[in-house]
Amino acid sequence: MSKEIINLTNVNKWYGDFHVLKDVNLTVNEGEILVVCGPSGSGKSTMIRCLNRLEEHQKGKIFISGTELNSEAKNINHIRKDVGMVFQHFNLFPHLTVLDNLTLGPIWVKKVPKKEAEKRALFYLDRVKIKEHAYKYPGQISGGQKQRVAIARSLCMQPKILLFDEPTSALDPEMVKEVLDIMIELTKEKITMIVVTHEMGFAKEVSDRVIFMADGKILETAKPEEFFNNPKHKQLQTFLSQVLT
Amino acid sequence: MNLKNIKNNLFKDYLNSTISTMLIIGLFYTAYYLFLYFIVNGIWNGDADTCRASQGFCWSFIRAKFQYILVGLYPDDKLWRPISAFILFIGFISYIKHPKNWSSKNFSYFVITLLLCAFLIRGGFFGLSLVDSEQWGGLLLTIIVAVCGVIVAYPLGVLLALARRSSLPLLKYLSILYIEFIRGIPLISLLFMSAVLLPLFLPEGVEIGKLFRAQVAMIMFFSAYMAEIVRGGLQSISNGQYEGAESLGLNYYQKMRKVILPQALKVVIPPTVNTIIGFFKDTSLLVIIALFDLMYTAKASVTDPKWVGFSLESYLFIAVIYFILCLMMGNYAKYLEKYLKKENL
Repeated sequence: MSKEIINLTNVNKWYGDFHVLKDVNLTVNEGEILVVCGPSGSGKSTMIRCLNRLEEHQKGKIFISGTELNSEAKNINHIRKDVGMVFQHFNLFPHLTVLDNLTLGPIWVKKVPKKEAEKRALFYLDRVKIKEHAYKYPGQISGGQKQRVAIARSLCMQPKILLFDEPTSALDPEMVKEVLDIMIELTKEKITMIVVTHEMGFAKEVSDRVIFMADGKILETAKPEEFFNNPKHKQLQTFLSQVLT
Repeated sequence: MNLKNIKNNLFKDYLNSTISTMLIIGLFYTAYYLFLYFIVNGIWNGDADTCRASQGFCWSFIRAKFQYILVGLYPDDKLWRPISAFILFIGFISYIKHPKNWSSKNFSYFVITLLLCAFLIRGGFFGLSLVDSEQWGGLLLTIIVAVCGVIVAYPLGVLLALARRSSLPLLKYLSILYIEFIRGIPLISLLFMSAVLLPLFLPEGVEIGKLFRAQVAMIMFFSAYMAEIVRGGLQSISNGQYEGAESLGLNYYQKMRKVILPQALKVVIPPTVNTIIGFFKDTSLLVIIALFDLMYTAKASVTDPKWVGFSLESYLFIAVIYFILCLMMGNYAKYLEKYLKKENL
């Protein structure tokens, strides 16, 4: 039995009157690859954004590697050092070169010397096969390349957990594969990954567990074979019939 | 533009040809008149009476008042000090103006250079004799007030803008109060308050120089405007940039310093320069509280009994000075925008 790294207990969140997350319970083990899917507006992005406090939950408890995520700035900063995030719209810093985008976090947050941070950045740029663009600005590379840079940026912080918030949704179809390939590569590492995505192929191929969310609730949690071949919940059956055709 | 272009554009048909011809004649006539006025009939040597008798521009007035308009009553024998300060200042500006040379180290050198300039102009220790601020004047004073104003008010404006967007209510409302209050009153009344009212409230024996009080008033005024410009820039930065920085674990200071402000300040370069140019020209209001700025020395030159009545010469001269300096600022802004554009997404 591997160690538990994320624990959500009865997490609730409201946007004004709108109840986005309703009693969400979830535990994720170290090194697990978890795919979260569901119709839009189901709260899946909100849930993972709660995991590094980009969104605040109002009720319930969230523990990341044993530290509780609450309003204490010390805890938040501590957790953000261990939790990386890849966004739908990349959120690279357009005024910095690719290399500077990668070294910013390590130099300022982890106090890594500049030389070493650059060495590390080039190493990860090589991993995402984009080393030749290190000295360009984000505006000069394609969407798929930007997303690979964003993945490398997260990796430079050497996180224990990586969150992916619909990483391929904003990409042109021909660029989706290059990003997915990198993510599949990554699953061989020991990093815990939580991926919100509509790419069911990715879920089938590499995930350890798939969860289905609708209306702010987790309706089904299962191993991929079970999830796709024998969906129990009615809403999941409809959802799968829509996305798999 | 070749001959064919000229023909097509200016002499396309009967109407166009007529208008073009008239304009060209008008242009030549104006140039001829100006040439006559400034060069042929211009008086280069000679006293006020020769000037009055002639139809031309009185260059000798400019020559006689040149030093006074530029530096006011700064002592003759110490003129080398503002001149070398000026050269030092221009030299460092032309080095640091290039974004490649922007670093915190160079900015601290810049501050040191400014302090050195201030020491050269004012003196008072290390063997340099004191030249009191009462004796500074003209362009020298205008530049001092403008440079000090921008250097202090710009960062102050940034801080005010950050405070206004802060999540701490006290900070936020103090900043709103300050900005709205200062923006709600004219600069003139602020200057009058500093010149006339403030001394009444100071305890006896405490004296603050008039120039310093005026400088503070101008900084207060300018920083409020700057704050609103910077706030506009901050609002233009997408949430994704904040989230990207936060997800890396950057704290508030690092996030602002490294990610948000560099982008936000870049977006607002055009309105910033606009405001700086406006501020530079607003320094001419100092004349109203009888500080010897460029506008004052021009005005005073005209009332010199020996040279009374040469207001055209005097005001034209300082208009050219204001114009050239504003033009330089505008051009620099254009250059900056072009240079920084390539990084844009």
